[in-house]
Amino acid sequence: MTPRQIIGKIGLWFSVFVIVSPAILFFLWMASLSLKFEIDNAAYPPVFIPEHIAWKNYADVLASNRFLTYFINSLIVTGSATLLALLVGVPAGYGIARMAAHKSAIVILIARITPGLSYLIPLFLMFQWLGLLGTLVPQIIIHLVVTVPIVIWIMIGYFETTPMELEEAALIDGATRWQVFRHVALPIAKPGIAVAFILAVIFSWNNFVFGIVLAGRETRTLPVAVYNMISFDQLSWGPLAAAALIVTLPVLLLTVFAQRQIVAGLTAGAVKGG
Amino acid sequence: MSALTQSTPGAAQSDAAPEKELRPPSYWPFVVPALVVVLAIIIFPWVFTIWMSLNEWKVGSSTTFVGFSNYLRLTGDPRFIEAIGHTLAYTALSVLLPLVLGTFAAVVFHQKFPGRGFLRGIFIMPMMATPVAIALVWTMMFHPQLGVLNYLLSLVGIPAQLWVFHPATVIPSLVLVETWQWTPLVMLIVLGGLAAIPTEPYESAQIDGASIWQVFRFITLPLIMPFLFIAGMIRMIDAVKSFDIIFAITQGGPGSASETINIYLYSVAFSYYDLGYGSAIAVVFFLLIVLLAAVMLYARQRMLWTEIASGT
Repeated sequence: MTPRQIIGKIGLWFSVFVIVSPAILFFLWMASLSLKFEIDNAAYPPVFIPEHIAWKNYADVLASNRFLTYFINSLIVTGSATLLALLVGVPAGYGIARMAAHKSAIVILIARITPGLSYLIPLFLMFQWLGLLGTLVPQIIIHLVVTVPIVIWIMIGYFETTPMELEEAALIDGATRWQVFRHVALPIAKPGIAVAFILAVIFSWNNFVFGIVLAGRETRTLPVAVYNMISFDQLSWGPLAAAALIVTLPVLLLTVFAQRQIVAGLTAGAVKGG
Repeated sequence: MSALTQSTPGAAQSDAAPEKELRPPSYWPFVVPALVVVLAIIIFPWVFTIWMSLNEWKVGSSTTFVGFSNYLRLTGDPRFIEAIGHTLAYTALSVLLPLVLGTFAAVVFHQKFPGRGFLRGIFIMPMMATPVAIALVWTMMFHPQLGVLNYLLSLVGIPAQLWVFHPATVIPSLVLVETWQWTPLVMLIVLGGLAAIPTEPYESAQIDGASIWQVFRFITLPLIMPFLFIAGMIRMIDAVKSFDIIFAITQGGPGSASETINIYLYSVAFSYYDLGYGSAIAVVFFLLIVLLAAVMLYARQRMLWTEIASGT
């Protein structure tokens, strides 16, 4: 290795360190906060690795029976909104791609630009009239605002790249359009569906603004529950940080294990979304 | 002349029309369920919002049609005018910083080094993590006495800051969170652009003995410009609408120092339950985003024209 190459290597690793450390340090600090007793969290200079680890913070959060309710609420809302979105969005993406109805994408674009709060005002009134406000139904429906455009968008892009030859051959053999979709197009599109599924789950799970308006005491999802802990609980950082970490942990794990799908979906959606 | 005859609309239509009649629109059944959903949750709210913005409508009282008076009220609402300023400042910073840092990160991640995939996964975690959970931890880090950020500053001899607790520093502090969170998206988009660049220009630049900066400035940057533009556009749309981070950390405070349009819209609609006025804000807010996007598109076009005109 020449000196110039060595300097280049050092420069590269230094740059990598600079770029990645804000993310690493943040999440390590988050973990540290969640594992410390109040004495250590209030210490100055700050303690990074405490002498006594406060597993109790996690036990406290998990033991409160409300937390389990909110976790189940999150599962129901995200699960239903994602499955419903796949149910209507995957065929729609297929239809739009095959009809080459590119103008329909404008609706998706408008949905992308519109602030979430503008959906909330009319839908809030509608749910009130329908008497649905005490249940999880309004949140499931409004989460479709997030999940349906993601699924349609990704599936249009995916079906546009899958080969037409097989489908045409099946049509000539007398298959109906539905059979072609069900037995030819759908199996090929599995990787695309996986991408749409993962992104829809993440963005629905993370959603906060819909819940803060629509959720009642019994129907909070986890992000709303964590937010309410800040405003109403005593200011003890350990359990708060533990709750925050529990809420976001499923998403972080998904990010690490499904990184390839997430990157593919985000860049496809982003590049087309512009 | 030939161009003129080709673009006669009648000729093109008469060619295409019979073909369309022969092929039945048999893909429609696939789209109909989604169409119903989109009509119900996207189109209907939009139409309803526009209608409500023309009414005086407070929860619990009756509705009266008031025409454009909600919009007129906006022009004389100092809190709204102030919110526009906050939104523009917040947005400008939240577009520029991630663009610069994200481009740098993309150039680095474009190199080959061991552990690249894993480190890229770590790098994009801030963008995927639950915003409220992140906001909670940042709030603790911003704490003037107990926060780790002031401790880190003290290590390099910078005096303690009030961060989100002072009107002058609240927007830059929130932008810090937003930048930390969304630089990865810019990185991913630019990284896609870098992957599409051919290697030949780099080889000849190397032969000519160009410096790293020269290579970046005169080869890489022009080639990734379209991707930077897209990243900037997406960043703008998201930054204007930013809600979770601001709401969870400051709720628009201290005072109203970080009250953006979106936060104000929330207060009007769901704290004061003034739904007519809130709808008017929502409509104007949407138009503002479209306007900003149009300005960016126009600037991009101008840049392209000057490039073509100057022959570069």
